[in-house]
Amino acid sequence: MADVIALTYEISPDDFTRAGEASSDVKSKLKQVGVSPAAIRKVAIAMYEGEINMVIHAEGGKITVEISPTEIRMILADKGPGIPDVERAMQAGWSTAPDEVRSLGFGAGMGLPNMKKYTDEMNIETTLGVGTTITMVVKI
Amino acid sequence: MTVEELIKKELFKVVVEGDDLSREVTGIFCCDLLSIAMGRAPSDSAWVTVMGNVNTIAVATLADVACVVLAEGAQPDDMCRARAEQQGVTVLATEEPIFQAALKVHGLLHG
Repeated sequence: MADVIALTYEISPDDFTRAGEASSDVKSKLKQVGVSPAAIRKVAIAMYEGEINMVIHAEGGKITVEISPTEIRMILADKGPGIPDVERAMQAGWSTAPDEVRSLGFGAGMGLPNMKKYTDEMNIETTLGVGTTITMVVKI
Repeated sequence: MTVEELIKKELFKVVVEGDDLSREVTGIFCCDLLSIAMGRAPSDSAWVTVMGNVNTIAVATLADVACVVLAEGAQPDDMCRARAEQQGVTVLATEEPIFQAALKVHGLLHG
């Protein structure tokens, strides 16, 4: 596993202006190491959705990205309220985002469905009142 | 048609000139919900929307669209403009409604 590059990002709570910075940084790093544009797009979309979720629902958190020759693994960990009903949260269109978030163009209930759609593996571990950790893998 | 050729048609005002004007515009995408645009906007498309905030630029960058067209007279806020300049994203603007703006680009692409 000597070839794994690990990147970590702290996500600030309630800061929509900075959401996307971590995803953009990962995107440019993947480009530098020669990952295909199709895989980069999948990672960028999945990770940005995750970032936005952490800004909206949790009080920020930490994202770790591991880049190996065969896959990109994103681990998004927050200490937010947890997801009470994961099955429901996975349904396209289901959203608990507040109105102010909707006025920015988010809160369409597409976050988790997009994350699943654009990754090859996705796992959600969530405990109410403790936090959520989402692991996503894109094969390259 | 490249982004530069689209600009030269003078159909739209230029808000920010991006750093790759030679990239091809290969399609059009219309949507204001950023989460949907994020997942569905094809790369290299001209994305027509009324959302002119900083997150629009984040989505444009990550979905890798060719340019953003702000319709209905939507004004980009200062942070949106600054981020577009920083990220090198071309942002155009028009008073036309979304459909008409998209139709103009369609006409150029498919004559």
